Amino acid sequence: MSTAVPALEAAGLSKHFGALHVTRDVSLSLQHGARMALIGPNGAGKTTLVNLLTGVLKPDAGRLRLFGEDLTQASASRRTRRGLVRTFQISSLYTELTVFENVFIAVSECAGASFDLWRPAGKRIELLERTEALVERLHLHEDMHRKVSEIAYGRQRLVEIAIALAMKPKVLLLDEPAAGIPSNELHLLLGAIESLPAEIAVLMIEHDMEMVRRFATEVAVLVQGELLMSGTPKEVMSHSEVRAVYLGAAGTERFEGKVLAHAA
Amino acid sequence: MTALPSDSILMRHGVRRGEVAWLLLAVACAFVFPEYLSVGTSVLVMVILVLSFDLLLGFSGVLSFGHAIFFGLGAYVAGWLSLAGWTEPISAVLLAGLAAALLALVLGPFVLRLTGLPLLMVTLALGVLVFEAAHKATGLTGGDDGLSGIRIAPVLGVFDWGLGGRTGYVYVLAWGVLIFALLKRVVSSPFGVALQGIRENPGRMRLIGNAVLPHLVLAYAISAAVAGMAGALFTQSNAFVGLGVFALDTSVDVLVMLILGGIGSLHGALIGAPLYMLLKHFSSQWNPFYWMLLIGVLLIAVVMFGRGGALGIARHAWQGLRGGRR
Repeated sequence: MSTAVPALEAAGLSKHFGALHVTRDVSLSLQHGARMALIGPNGAGKTTLVNLLTGVLKPDAGRLRLFGEDLTQASASRRTRRGLVRTFQISSLYTELTVFENVFIAVSECAGASFDLWRPAGKRIELLERTEALVERLHLHEDMHRKVSEIAYGRQRLVEIAIALAMKPKVLLLDEPAAGIPSNELHLLLGAIESLPAEIAVLMIEHDMEMVRRFATEVAVLVQGELLMSGTPKEVMSHSEVRAVYLGAAGTERFEGKVLAHAA
Repeated sequence: MTALPSDSILMRHGVRRGEVAWLLLAVACAFVFPEYLSVGTSVLVMVILVLSFDLLLGFSGVLSFGHAIFFGLGAYVAGWLSLAGWTEPISAVLLAGLAAALLALVLGPFVLRLTGLPLLMVTLALGVLVFEAAHKATGLTGGDDGLSGIRIAPVLGVFDWGLGGRTGYVYVLAWGVLIFALLKRVVSSPFGVALQGIRENPGRMRLIGNAVLPHLVLAYAISAAVAGMAGALFTQSNAFVGLGVFALDTSVDVLVMLILGGIGSLHGALIGAPLYMLLKHFSSQWNPFYWMLLIGVLLIAVVMFGRGGALGIARHAWQGLRGGRR
């Protein structure tokens, strides 16, 4: 699968907030079809890194390439149009609109329809059908016509994924997608991620070792803004320093599947 | 594809019964109250202006206190055209709209980078600056005297303006219907849906690949064009234009009318402008000092009983009635 040009390549990314050095010279390379998990303790700078990758923040140093194209200075909206799509740790949705309308906005934007001032949205059958298909894929049809602010938080997380999928991502960054999803709905999320086209590169930030085990073929560990190591899940889990700074005994057990995942 | 609920923002197209009823009522007024036609005409002009403001505030979430700039510019463009000998009214309205849209295209990229309070303050300052500049530029605006002697050719070369104001009323109503239909088309389109996404969460829009500013500037230009057309209609129906068109009061009145009627559906303008204007007209006859009190009480009622305006209150009451019967 490893083509000459990586899907996403970050080289030497650095970011300061005042005196706080939150991202230190991070280099990361995501191949086509990669399934990488980014783990690290709280405050390790995981979300900052995603913000740097997606253009929400601008790095103080370093470069970013998407399929070989330099996007270090590109705006967030341009990166998205190039296929670099993210979800949010804390849901960022159109809360006063319905689930269907939320997904429709993304579908319409991705289809390049958002400057069509003339044809009614309700008659754009191709857009409506794609929206409905995405809503059904995430099993959101029961809540389809309810306001996002009125549905359960776990369901909002699924809307977040539906919007990301609507963007036809080539590289997908999932920022703690499982946070807040009740255990009995987690399979919907995993199902959606597993059914992604194989060529999409996915980077998932996740605390939950069970999720990491089921999803990732590569794991990168971030500690205090620095990339401690990366490798296969097994390599990372057997690394003594990783165990010390992050996992602890409980995390290792969870990774090895000894603890029942997401038991209530 | 399963059917969408009728109150979805994706289902705004299609003629509603209420819209037809409103139009029939407006036409009926021309025959039932012939002595109030000039009031009716000014109400219709304000309806158009409030419609333009709803596109900006209700759909795009842009709160501007400078909307009178575009209304005033349109009004003066119509005045200048007439004094220069261009008396054909329909083309003058279109030119006034074009002038206002061009001004919005120049201002928009700067002003619309701001949001919230800074946006409010900058548009407020712009409005005051333009008003003062117009006050000084007596050569252009006529200063306190305004521009008089404005002559307008018969509409379509047939309908004379002198017959008790009926021509003016029907003419402005026809513009109103056309503009309403066009604006409805815009807010029903994927563009309109994107605007509502920007209103709800601009940051999220950027992250699904929408650059936001181009959409807002276009919405601003459309809104300004309609406001400019309303200004031109104001000048033509009064055969006069004065500095009042640039006054801050106009921008504030428009906001109050929209809130009274209900924001974000275009229908609020159809209710809010007549409600405010007719209350103002009749209560100031009753007492020229205390009529604002009535508006104040109404505004408080609207804020207390839900933010849908008169429209929202009526809908609530209707649902309550229907629910009560079951």
